[in-house]
Amino acid sequence: MTGVLLEALQLLLVLVLAPLLTGIVRKVKARLTAKRGPALIQPYRDLLRLLRKDVVLAPNASWLFRTSPYLIFTAVWLAAAIVPTFTTGLAVSRTADLIALVALLGTARFALALAGMDVGTSFGGIGSSREMMIASLAEPAMLMVTFTVALLVRSTSLPHIAEFMVTHAVGIRVSLFLGLVSLVIVAIAENARIPVDNPATHLELTMVHEAMILEYSGRHLALVEAASMVKLLLYLSLISAVFLPWGMDIGDLTAAAVGTGLATYAAKLGIGAVLLGVFETSIAKMRVFRLAEFLGGAFLLGILAAIFLYVSQGL
Amino acid sequence: MLSALAVGLGLYTTAAIAGLAGRRTLVAVYALAGLAAAVIAIPALSMLVFATPPEQTVLPLGLPWLGGHFRVDALSAFFQLVVNGAAVLISVYAIEYGGHDDEPGRVLPFYPIFLAAMNLVLVADDAFVFLVSWELMSLASWLLVLSTHRQAESRPAAFLYLVMASAGTGALLLAFGLLSGGAGSYAFDALRGAALDPAKAAILFGLALVGAGSKAGLFPLHVWLPPAHSAAPSHVSALMSGIMTKVALYGLVRILFDLMGTTPPWWWGVVVLILGGVTALMGVLYAVMQHDLKRLLAYHTVENIGIIVIGLGLALAFRANRLDALAGLALVAALLHVFNHAMFKSLLFLGSGAVLVATHERDMEHLGGLIHRMPRTAFAFLIGSVAISALPPFNGFVSEWLTFQAILDGSLLPQWLLKLAVPVVGAMLALSAALAAVCFVKAFGVVFLGRPRTPAAAEAHEVGLIMVAPMAGFAAICTVVGIVPIGLVSLLRPVTSLLLPGSGAALPESSLLWLAPFGAERSSYSGLTILLAIALLAGVLVIVIHRFASDRARRSAPWDCGFPDPRVETQYTAGSFAQPIRRIFGSAAFAARERVVMPEPGNASAAEFEVTLRDPAWEGIYGPVSGLVSWIAERMNVLQFQTIRRYLSLMFAALVLLLLIVAVSQ
Repeated sequence: MTGVLLEALQLLLVLVLAPLLTGIVRKVKARLTAKRGPALIQPYRDLLRLLRKDVVLAPNASWLFRTSPYLIFTAVWLAAAIVPTFTTGLAVSRTADLIALVALLGTARFALALAGMDVGTSFGGIGSSREMMIASLAEPAMLMVTFTVALLVRSTSLPHIAEFMVTHAVGIRVSLFLGLVSLVIVAIAENARIPVDNPATHLELTMVHEAMILEYSGRHLALVEAASMVKLLLYLSLISAVFLPWGMDIGDLTAAAVGTGLATYAAKLGIGAVLLGVFETSIAKMRVFRLAEFLGGAFLLGILAAIFLYVSQGL
Repeated sequence: MLSALAVGLGLYTTAAIAGLAGRRTLVAVYALAGLAAAVIAIPALSMLVFATPPEQTVLPLGLPWLGGHFRVDALSAFFQLVVNGAAVLISVYAIEYGGHDDEPGRVLPFYPIFLAAMNLVLVADDAFVFLVSWELMSLASWLLVLSTHRQAESRPAAFLYLVMASAGTGALLLAFGLLSGGAGSYAFDALRGAALDPAKAAILFGLALVGAGSKAGLFPLHVWLPPAHSAAPSHVSALMSGIMTKVALYGLVRILFDLMGTTPPWWWGVVVLILGGVTALMGVLYAVMQHDLKRLLAYHTVENIGIIVIGLGLALAFRANRLDALAGLALVAALLHVFNHAMFKSLLFLGSGAVLVATHERDMEHLGGLIHRMPRTAFAFLIGSVAISALPPFNGFVSEWLTFQAILDGSLLPQWLLKLAVPVVGAMLALSAALAAVCFVKAFGVVFLGRPRTPAAAEAHEVGLIMVAPMAGFAAICTVVGIVPIGLVSLLRPVTSLLLPGSGAALPESSLLWLAPFGAERSSYSGLTILLAIALLAGVLVIVIHRFASDRARRSAPWDCGFPDPRVETQYTAGSFAQPIRRIFGSAAFAARERVVMPEPGNASAAEFEVTLRDPAWEGIYGPVSGLVSWIAERMNVLQFQTIRRYLSLMFAALVLLLLIVAVSQ
């Protein structure tokens, strides 16, 4: 019963926090470039405004175009509900382990890329093609990080990984460090951040994510935007659940433990958002075909991390 | 079971005879074939459900002093279920589709023979019956490929297929000969007990891999598969790609897991794993480069065979180290993927057949926008695409997830080479799964979404219910197996206990809701919960947004950043969609080159864009081999134009040489 309540809390929490997180990142980026920047709650206002507007569809938009936003948003929302954030005692966290979580995000991406091709515009196609190119390297990299962690913990179940990392003295390991670097690169790529893609861009030949969702408007656009915000939150939660789970309630389910979990989670998110803003301001966007090296590097780091552990466990 | 099989084979034979009458008996032939398949599939299913003991019989067939041995055990029953279960739906589809064939008379007699031959391979219990059925299966399918002989590309495809099939059967013939060791008995029971020294076992292993692998499409023996599978009529393509490749894998499993002793050497696992990994990765890379829909699907067969073979390789490696529970997990993953691939690949080929009937086009660059004209086919094809891309909550993901779970435990293997091979193959599997998604976004997006690229695509009509219903059936199977895989997993338990007696019940911790190979502490996946949760959350979301925010929609010209261009040429094409992948992977794998030829300044003619790809298997292996064959043939050509005196002296010299050899050897 407590699990179900905590799960409901988490479902609401990710929904409420995600736009704020995006707001913080934008604010940090604005301040670092000597601008005042919009208010922290601007993303909420944007979403509400979009939700109330009419949807404008291209004449040949199909049912797939109209249903995809709902599917994408719920898939990402469900994935975010599975990752332990402040407690490991969530009701549905058994639904998918780390591998299934990666695949669930893959389903959302598949729907988004198809929606990008539905109207038959050149920008939609270019966005889908490049998004899938990025995913074709980022997803295997993420799976290799999963392997690395799973080799150490002997589990791919997220709550178990978090509990293991808190309770065992894992120590400083080369493999974990490589895995962390790889996962951060994947997170940057999957969330269309600089240097892979520019979330603030529009009307630019190099855009990827924005090009794909160019034809969306009204509530559909709101859902797709909200899904991106939840996804950013999800990746930050994932990095903190796997590599920095300290402070999280590990199944005690007492009010104090859950409270500490919530507080540390909020702190981690804040730090993550600031770091992301600083990183994005300090680096230039890459050319599209340089991405192969950047993401291929993440993939190779992941493989190296897994092989180091495979080999060291044999000793 | 065997009596049901006899009835089924009788029905197949009747259908084949009826097929001689050509187009007039078309409905009867396919209906009979479908009935025969059902007659065999249902007892096979019950055999797995009730874990019935094997049945065998000896019939006075074939060579008089050998007889024909037949046996049905759990492994045969599982493959019979896959073969005939899919064949039921494919035969129903063919009732309508077959009418669109140019020359049904060239398809009808061989279609039931092909199905019957595959069934015979599965129940053969001696080498003789096995090889004869195997060859019958090859020849029947070769004739089916040739049924489209009026298309220029079918003839070389059929010739290449015939050469490769003969080479494969030759390798199997040698393998069985070596296995029997000249003892005179070719019954599988006698072969099972044969003691093999390591060198002989190694040669046998190689021959079995070449023989069964060439039929299944293992890299680099896959070259015949894409041209042959795509040249055949679509329902036959579904049989060849979805099913015949599985019969080939049955041969591999039968020889490696059943006939050749209980403890394989560990290096077999390394070889099979790496072959599987390379096959999966190369198969999907080839597929991304294709713009012919059926050829793309055929290359995906190569990829999926690779995934299955990775599972088999893991099972061999674990078994060699007596980690039987893990070997059981890997084997379940591989066999589950056998079933899953048969389902979604049949579905996709039937979908491509429907597109072909509606538009007479296979080239994706000439299609587009079919989701409006063919909504039912599009929906079924979409489910197949998501399933083959290994995405939840469909069936392809379940078997790949289990394969990943088996890979994670590869660190328990003691040998260094395996320790290194397993994570590398895991990375290859991850990469090929991600690339499969790229490929199917491309395939579905270019064929069914966007705007029609030709008048043929713009005027397509949805196919009839008889063709849509089987596709819907396959789509339903893909969904159900994806959300409650435990049903199929428990069907596999008799198979694992037959092949790996020490493995215990496969996936003991799993239930209707969860799939958990070693308990929830380790890993768990619930497709059912994912589907229900998404349906529930999306339903609530739709109601809330429509009720409280806005539910209005209107149609207007697309935005496209302010520059919408009504010409369809401005759409993204299959070639342009694949360009990033071609740049990243293609230059290494296929030496891909892109060239833009611009006209002189002031010249207003169109620029040209050229892509050249080189096939490493063809240029590295088959080109040199066929060059060598022609070189030898040219040298031997001299012998054709001699006088009778020369011929007689040549014969005499040969006789003397042979006698000398006999004299020396004695």
